[in-house]
Amino acid sequence: MTVDINAIFQIAGIGIIIAMIHTILKQMGKEDMAHWVTLIGFIIVLFMVIRLLDDLINEIKNIFLF
Amino acid sequence: MEMIQITGLGIITAVLILILREQKPAFAFLLTLTAGVFILLFLADKIAAVLNLLQQLAAQTSINQVFLKTVLQIIGIAYIAEFGAQIVRDAGQESIASKIELAGKILIMFMAIPIITVIIETVMSLLPA
Repeated sequence: MTVDINAIFQIAGIGIIIAMIHTILKQMGKEDMAHWVTLIGFIIVLFMVIRLLDDLINEIKNIFLF
Repeated sequence: MEMIQITGLGIITAVLILILREQKPAFAFLLTLTAGVFILLFLADKIAAVLNLLQQLAAQTSINQVFLKTVLQIIGIAYIAEFGAQIVRDAGQESIASKIELAGKILIMFMAIPIITVIIETVMSLLPA
């Protein structure tokens, strides 16, 4: 099974960029905006991870005869 | 050279997690989960090859296929429970991890009931009445 390693770098990149945006927005005094940005970024990454987890679980189901 | 790939993947992910953990611990956790999923996906092919060999051997020895299926499912449950428990333990929830392991053990016992029954019946039939 060929897997797309880029997802790891994508997740790390999204995390770093979200952290940057969070810091900038906080220094501009927009605390609530900063928290929303964090939440939305987290949800996007969560979707990516859940799709990967679905792949893994389907693979395990196929292999172990469930 | 899958071993080198997996090692490189692990080291790179560990570095990225170290960078990310100070800023956003939640993202670091998701990165850990992704790395685990990727490594297991790498290994899926190899596990499938080993299990195919086992199935071929069992087909040649005319063992009841239900037993092999049960054993493979038990192995699968063990892998999944271990994976889930370690991920949750990484997130710092020791108690939930213990419960996942407990659930794995109990499900394995439950799936082994037919095999245990057959063993007990065999032993009982061997004993003089």
